[in-house]
Amino acid sequence: MTDHPTVEAPQTAPQTIDLKAEYEASGVREVLEELDRELIGLAPVKQRIRETAALLLVDRARRSLGLSQETPTLHMSFTGNPGTGKTTVALKMAGLLHRLGYVRKGHLVSVTRDDLVGQYIGHTAPKTKEILKKAMGGVLFIDEAYYLYKPDNERDYGQEAIEILLQVMENNRDDLVVILAGYADRMDRFFQANPGFRSRVAHHIDFPDYEDGELLRIADSMLDGQGYGFSPEAREVMTRYIAIRRAQPHFANARSIRNALDRARLRQANRLFSRDAPVSAADLSTILPEDISVSRVFTGGLKTGRPEEDA
Amino acid sequence: MRVTQGCFSFLPDLTDEQITAQIEYCLGKGWAIGVEHTDDPHPRNIYWEMFGHPMFDLRDAKGAMMELEACRKAFPDHYIRINAFDSTRGFETVTMSFIVNRPKTEPGIRMTRTEVDGRSIRYTHSVQRA
Repeated sequence: MTDHPTVEAPQTAPQTIDLKAEYEASGVREVLEELDRELIGLAPVKQRIRETAALLLVDRARRSLGLSQETPTLHMSFTGNPGTGKTTVALKMAGLLHRLGYVRKGHLVSVTRDDLVGQYIGHTAPKTKEILKKAMGGVLFIDEAYYLYKPDNERDYGQEAIEILLQVMENNRDDLVVILAGYADRMDRFFQANPGFRSRVAHHIDFPDYEDGELLRIADSMLDGQGYGFSPEAREVMTRYIAIRRAQPHFANARSIRNALDRARLRQANRLFSRDAPVSAADLSTILPEDISVSRVFTGGLKTGRPEEDA
Repeated sequence: MRVTQGCFSFLPDLTDEQITAQIEYCLGKGWAIGVEHTDDPHPRNIYWEMFGHPMFDLRDAKGAMMELEACRKAFPDHYIRINAFDSTRGFETVTMSFIVNRPKTEPGIRMTRTEVDGRSIRYTHSVQRA
């Protein structure tokens, strides 16, 4: 972190602020390091978050010297394919904003359309407000935000939720940060149809798909977290699995990997159970190649195309 | 006549900042916040109207303050109070309650003495509408 882009104290001010010290004291470093450590890949995202953190740190210094009064617009949009870590990063972002003092409590309220939009007239406003009240002092994460806007149905109550959201995003900038998340192309269309959102969202962060190698490392760390491990051959099979799975429909990056691993553990349990010999600790925590290789992914995937039933 | 019910009622009216601080205290204790209002300050009128649902799972006082703002807008000339409900087993009751809004001119409360059999006296209080 020594090559931080903004380590310069304002010169004209009556007093000076040591940004390095601020950076250390605010605890931003821990959040950024945690982000680096826990999230594999996502280099552009991490870069953007580091830049945002620098911007906020400088802004805070400016405010404490009386150079600016306004709260910067902090609402963000996270775009990317499923399973690319949007929710996880949002959680970290909430911690970051809290340490920098931009949100008071730093909790994350994660919602989708169902939590905001009501089912009948007069149901939407109280429902949306309820969620907003809960999110006050923290971060409101709206997953698949584009579902709020349904242009084909003009009586859709989503519009009402959008209006309340916009109003709060404008008037309560000190109290809450809204993060909109979803697929890149659909979010683009959503922003085009709702210029109010576009102008109120300052930071757009794009989440790239994971590389095969990164997915393998993710698989390793997921298994490790559960106290399992690949045998060397199984690891090789997993590498092939990832390459093939990527080309098949309903691929959801890290989420697909997690599902694949869940099923591998299921098969491992069955394999151990149907065996007569007593099992050792190593048996219980090792995934063997046959636990992965029987997956339907290797035989061309599932024909019915039902999502997430495909390993 | 200045109605004195609940916490802080013998103090000058709380400012919004002070109300926020009190709500923060309640939320810190894990209590749920409810906003209630009435136009009848009779001491025996314990059931005030609820304004919206009680707010469970709040993290920040701002959420309750928004509700209070909405209530003040809708009923500027009512008494409004904030209740803090403790749902812990063994309590399960309102543990704190304070008035946050009063009408510009508060109605008086008149006490009527009625002499009954012997030298006994019955007391009746009635709110004096302007």
